[in-house]
Amino acid sequence: MADNFPDLIDMRAVRSAIDGWFNGIVSSYGQALETAFLPVLRLLNGIEDFLLWVPWFVLIPVVALVSFAATRDWRMPIAVIVMLFLTGVLGLWQPAMATVALMLTATLFAIVIGIPVGILMSFSNRLQAVMLPVLDVMQTMPIFVYLIPFVMLFGPGKIPALLATIVFSVPPLVRLTNLGIREVNPEVIEAVTAFGATPMQKLFAAQLPLATPTIMAGINQTTMMALSMVVIASMIGAGGLGYEVLQGIQRLDVSRGLFAGLGIVFLAIIFDRLVQAYGKRVQKHLEAGNT
Amino acid sequence: MADPKIRIERVSKLFGPDPQAALPLLDTDASKAEIMEQTGSIVGLRNVDLDIAGGSIFVVMGLSGSGKSTLIRHINRLIEPTAGRILVDDTDVVSLSKAALRELRLHRVSMVFQNFGLLPNKTVIDNIALGLRFAGATNSRARDLAMEQVERVGLKGFEKQYPRQLSGGMQQRVGLARALATNAEILLMDEAFSALDPLIRHDMQSQLLELQADLKKTIVFITHDLDEALRIGDQIAILNDGSLSQCGTGEEILLHPADGYVKRFVRNVDRARVITVSAAARKMPTITCAEISIDKIARLLSAEDAQAVFIVDDEGQPTGAISATSVAHHTDDSYWRDPKHVLPVTRVSYDTILANALSDVAESEAPVAVVDERGRMIGAISRQSALEAMAGTNGPSNSAKC
Ligand SMILES: Nc1ncnc2c1ncn2[C@@H]1O[C@H](COP(=O)(O)OP(=O)(O)OP(=O)(O)O)[C@@H](O)[C@H]1O
Ligand SMILES: [Mg+2]
Repeated sequence: MADNFPDLIDMRAVRSAIDGWFNGIVSSYGQALETAFLPVLRLLNGIEDFLLWVPWFVLIPVVALVSFAATRDWRMPIAVIVMLFLTGVLGLWQPAMATVALMLTATLFAIVIGIPVGILMSFSNRLQAVMLPVLDVMQTMPIFVYLIPFVMLFGPGKIPALLATIVFSVPPLVRLTNLGIREVNPEVIEAVTAFGATPMQKLFAAQLPLATPTIMAGINQTTMMALSMVVIASMIGAGGLGYEVLQGIQRLDVSRGLFAGLGIVFLAIIFDRLVQAYGKRVQKHLEAGNT
Repeated sequence: MADPKIRIERVSKLFGPDPQAALPLLDTDASKAEIMEQTGSIVGLRNVDLDIAGGSIFVVMGLSGSGKSTLIRHINRLIEPTAGRILVDDTDVVSLSKAALRELRLHRVSMVFQNFGLLPNKTVIDNIALGLRFAGATNSRARDLAMEQVERVGLKGFEKQYPRQLSGGMQQRVGLARALATNAEILLMDEAFSALDPLIRHDMQSQLLELQADLKKTIVFITHDLDEALRIGDQIAILNDGSLSQCGTGEEILLHPADGYVKRFVRNVDRARVITVSAAARKMPTITCAEISIDKIARLLSAEDAQAVFIVDDEGQPTGAISATSVAHHTDDSYWRDPKHVLPVTRVSYDTILANALSDVAESEAPVAVVDERGRMIGAISRQSALEAMAGTNGPSNSAKC
């Protein structure tokens, strides 16, 4: 294809410099990184093994009960039972649990990383100014791009899949934690300060509790993004429902892809409703307290 | 004034990118708008000097944007001054270290907010215990102390509720109890009752006055509402565009507004509820019983252009009055020496609120005598002088300073 834009600099050189630099990292640190992330892998496998160890006839009622506790609405547990049961019937129980394990682990790490970063960001306008464009880039970068460096570092497998999922799903949580804290009623913050709170007391007594609904919305978005990542992550060996979809594509097996897709939708609905219901409850609790 | 509890010394506050640059302009007669235009700085406070006496309620008034909130926030250093000093019990608040400032906020100065500033996720009792918890009290000890305040403000039975379950008035009682719980001697109240409807507001004022009679805190109270200021304020300061216009008792401000701005403030107030009978009293000629003669009475009446002559006993206490209109009917000295023929006098103490003496003024045929604590006559209020006092058409202007 003819390219009518002149070659101002030799991009091949730049590219090979980047690649060389990254290859250097891979060869010198790859092994160390792999060992470092072994505990993460164990955690992920542990969660997956546990979910598969629990008999389905125990797990389904437990999730149904939790969903009732969160929503206080009897329709929710019924929907949960139907959807999970169907997942089993469709022969997707094992991959579904693998996907849930991946998503839960990714969300867990996203929370552990995202909330503190969001808090720091809310404390410093300068950090916010630096972080917002970084988050923008992280969210607009095509998902596949994340896979490349992680696969190079770790080889195909669950660890790169998990890490790519975390990186992809953490931005909304950082963003919303920052936003939630900044939006806390300034009079409450002033009151807490006037009564002699230290910055830590202020954070834990006022800022975090009052920002909880917004932070919960962030967690919700994070779980949804993690779920949407599972199909892509399966390309690098994450397994689970995504792998089923992938198989469907590769073998042009419509029903296989469709069923696995349904399974993902079911999981998405369940997690979305659960987290949202919890967020709403917290919000209702906080609202109208300060008119 | 003896040592003030809080002393504000030439405090100025400018908001903007370069406050120091605009500082010299504050000493010129440039207006707030001009300073804004020339330097981009917003004048919050301008060379404010105030002494606030311990154990009193000190009210700060002013239009929106006049700097009331800015002023009160300097006392616990929620806002740092651009220039000037703030002394609390001789502690220079501006130079306090972080730790010392925290001590001040934990133990010496507490605050009540317009929209309550309660934590919606904590129960009433835990909200009240907030300051104590920050100070490091254990949960159970903080709750015990908080419980005392729950009872003090009349919220017993509501301590396990959440703020959203309470009415506005009750929420503000939580705010008040929270401020009282730290046992601070100074209470800052920024429009604390402004968000409440009028009846509740009146109740809260009464409750505050009752508490104050008991606790003798130093209260700095901000309000838009002159009636509220006059009701609860021992002293009232009026801010205009960051400068202090006037400071004095409610009566001083009503009777002698320092400038047009203050005048506009006091224009619509029900003066009768604020000023005392002394302010409405006119000097009246007096005469002892032994001195009574028609000639003398006539002379006194015409010399002082008075409506009546009051007869006083040896102590100076009024016993009767002879009105200008009736004296003409009987030209006989002995007639007037007979107590049966003189008008009876109603006496009111000099510190009575005018409104409370109005019915006496209306019913009494003679002007009502105003007497000092020993019952001696100071002056008298006629219907005319009462009306003049209420209309505010008396007295020259002299501004008092705090
Ligand atoms: N943080 C700030 N930044 C810039 N300007 C401010 C800031 N805080 C206050 N001001 C300005 O300072 C002036 C005084 O404000 P302040 O809030 O003290 O007024 P106020 O008398 O309390 O008014 P209100 O009755 O509306 O509460 C106003 O012109 C306001 O716009
Ligand atoms: Mg204000």
